[in-house]
Amino acid sequence: MSEPYLAFRDVVAGYAAPVVGPVSFEVRPGEVVALCGPNGSGKSTLLGALTGASRVFSGRIDRRERIRVSLQRQLPARPEGIPLSGRELLHLTGADREAAPDALAPLLPLRIDRLSGGQFQFLEVWACLGSRADLVILDEPTNNMAPGTIRTVASLLASRKPERAILLISHERGFVDDVSDRVVELAP
Amino acid sequence: MKWQLVFDPLFRVPFLNGLLLAATVPLLGAYVRLRDEWLASLGIAQATAAGGVVGMLVGIPPIGGALGAASLAAGVKGWYRRSGNDVFVLFLLFGWAVALLGAANSAQGEEVSHALLDGQLYFTGPAHLLAAALLAAAVALLLPRLSRRLLIERFFPDYFAAMGAKAWRLNLVFDLLVAFAVAVTAQSAGVMAAFALVFLPPWATFAGAAGWRRALLRTEGLAVAAYVVAFAAAILLNQPFGPVLVASLLLFSVPRALSRHAD
Repeated sequence: MSEPYLAFRDVVAGYAAPVVGPVSFEVRPGEVVALCGPNGSGKSTLLGALTGASRVFSGRIDRRERIRVSLQRQLPARPEGIPLSGRELLHLTGADREAAPDALAPLLPLRIDRLSGGQFQFLEVWACLGSRADLVILDEPTNNMAPGTIRTVASLLASRKPERAILLISHERGFVDDVSDRVVELAP
Repeated sequence: MKWQLVFDPLFRVPFLNGLLLAATVPLLGAYVRLRDEWLASLGIAQATAAGGVVGMLVGIPPIGGALGAASLAAGVKGWYRRSGNDVFVLFLLFGWAVALLGAANSAQGEEVSHALLDGQLYFTGPAHLLAAALLAAAVALLLPRLSRRLLIERFFPDYFAAMGAKAWRLNLVFDLLVAFAVAVTAQSAGVMAAFALVFLPPWATFAGAAGWRRALLRTEGLAVAAYVVAFAAAILLNQPFGPVLVASLLLFSVPRALSRHAD
């Protein structure tokens, strides 16, 4: 079995005080692993432990060296009044524009600060999935999305690459069950 | 009016100096606006003015004092590590107080302070042109490498942290570049003109541009056009260059900013 890209080992994370944990899981190439739980269960806090947004009280996080990581935030950054087109956003992550879903094509020439919340979320998800990242982390990717777009995202996750791992964070149990290989349950 | 004055060989070096600044500084301004640090230019410009005055008082050429103050300001900002404009307000107030106190207590300091207020582009020489050329070369060399990273940091704030990488080097290089640009511009065109070159062109063009690349082109085009008009107008009307450049930038920028229709 190949070495995991990412491993959380008995991680207890939080801010001023622990919020979640201890939690252990591994994400290996070719896998889609989901962190699932209701709002307030500490999913995003756990993700913050990886980026430094939250504090690790105990345990450790092992990340394989020299892997490319792409991360879609639960609340993606979209600064008002900054002129960036959808095409330019995809260029930032190196996302493949040719392989992009057809529904994205009309959005590419538009400024991202003029897209709807669901359109922008879809673009952000493809910016991560369409990149050459080894590990893609998606935090609540279906937020604000129409049902048809959620089905498109599910099919994108299903057409996975053997060398790519995906860590999915979601509170939508049905979506998680459809697209993931393993589910790590977090209790509130 | 004597149009031939505008083309007098005496003004070639100042014209080239200003043209280089007008073509490069607003590009940095676009990234300053991207980072929501637009007050940086005014804070650093005022700090460099204080550096120029203090430098003169202790026997250092004003440009050396200004560059030293600009580097110090960039270092403090990097150490402070907080986004937003708070730290630049501190630079602004501290620089203003030091510059005026230095000017009030020395004839030389007063001369330098006055020059920084008016913007004496027409009295700049080869040393200023060399500094502007070095700045243009640094921007041409570094900005294409920094651009994608600066955009990623703004639109994907967790990108570097998720990769286990630190972004402080990127921020320090950019801050030093901005500090250098503002110091050099303030010495040639005045403090407010330096601020206006950083702030106004991107402010005017961002609302109507369809994308980042177009916004950069329009920003640069607007700044260069406003500069050429200001250069001629200040000579023909026998006015100090700094305020004329600011007025010209306002004339070019305000109508554009008010017509907020994307292309």
